[in-house]
Amino acid sequence: MRAPHEAEIVACIPSLRRYARGLTPDRERADDLVQDTLERAWGRFSMWQKRGAVRAWMFGIMHNLFVDRLRAQRSTPEDSAGDDLPEAAQRATQSDRLEVVDLDRALQRLPPEQREVLLLVAVEELTYREVATAIGVPIGTVMSRLSRARERLRAELEGGALPARMQRVK
Amino acid sequence: MEPLKTTSGSGSPITEADLHAYVDGQLTPIRHAEVEQYLAARPDESQRVQAWQRQTEVLRGLLGPVLDEPLPLRLPLRPTATTWPWRAVAAGLVIAMVSASAAWFARGALDERAVARVGNPARTGVELTGFARRAAVAHLVYTPDGRRPVEVGADQEQQLVTWLSRRLGTAVKAPALGGIGYALIGGRLLPGDSGPVAQFMYHDGSGQRLTLYVTREAPKVGGQAQTAFQFGHDGPVNVFYWVDRNFGYAISSNAERPELMRVAQEVYRQLAPPEAPR
Repeated sequence: MRAPHEAEIVACIPSLRRYARGLTPDRERADDLVQDTLERAWGRFSMWQKRGAVRAWMFGIMHNLFVDRLRAQRSTPEDSAGDDLPEAAQRATQSDRLEVVDLDRALQRLPPEQREVLLLVAVEELTYREVATAIGVPIGTVMSRLSRARERLRAELEGGALPARMQRVK
Repeated sequence: MEPLKTTSGSGSPITEADLHAYVDGQLTPIRHAEVEQYLAARPDESQRVQAWQRQTEVLRGLLGPVLDEPLPLRLPLRPTATTWPWRAVAAGLVIAMVSASAAWFARGALDERAVARVGNPARTGVELTGFARRAAVAHLVYTPDGRRPVEVGADQEQQLVTWLSRRLGTAVKAPALGGIGYALIGGRLLPGDSGPVAQFMYHDGSGQRLTLYVTREAPKVGGQAQTAFQFGHDGPVNVFYWVDRNFGYAISSNAERPELMRVAQEVYRQLAPPEAPR
């Protein structure tokens, strides 16, 4: 029989994988991140004392590992691939399919800290407060990252200039 | 819904944070209605909010299929051997003398150096009870048997495993201990307290025999389906035993404790959860 927290951790795995894939489109690397997250979670969950929902806690672990990895990658800059990708060929004739491709690309071009917040809020449906706890920043910072991410995606997808408004963030 | 610090209460001006919270379903119903009303009168803002909603929809569509992918084998679905059991051994060796049920709670209290420390002194294991005692007795009965120590030999390992699995009603396997110097002789089915148990027998290069006893009759200790490793002896037979996922395992041999621990370590490492991973 599994302990309740054990079952909860296992139940989180699919969404952890989804989140990791949004952070890192390379499937192997995304699963590396999930694997490390799980190993750390298993090592710690017995000491963990109801500080919040298991899910948010797991995303917090993944955040820490992701940040560690970004630091480590500074010396090996191969992961900036997103910047080198050519512009999407036919922005004018956007079908749904192209929109998906564009969004994927635009997502990977976001600064990692904005990408994290956007994915946690929009895809994983964490509350702003849960995101703030998971990544260890004030809630105002969560809101400003979210706002920047959304405006930047919108600007890229619509091919327009960034609206001046996005600078004015609470 | 807990109100956002960055949003204001009912009746106050709409902020950008309100617009995001509107998209993300994080507003109270009253505030939600206010934002809706606000947007109805402002096409520009409304368009912006719709773009965000569309982003959310496309992002979910893009990443959603990941949820249905089968989980890769390498993802640990339970606490892994590298994270806790050897701390549990250390704790268990010390605590077993005091209280078997307390041992579980002390895991992690000692580090691995403690294993070496408690491994040295004269043996102080507990008197065996329950399945550990039955394992020791079975070891004493069958290992001296020169002609027929096992029912099914290692040359028919697949049949042995299939047969034992069927009789125990769950998948069991004989750990491969060749890497640490033990060859499988074979195995047999034995009566336990109320049903069948399995015994695998191995020998080392000098002919010294060792048995692994696997039972589903392990009692929960202190309400736990797992215990730390414990050590005990019955006459000349030393036994390392533990409970994991309601399975009891006991390794018996005349060898000294450090050697048994080495084997237990390897057996623990190899025994995947008996039920299929989800």
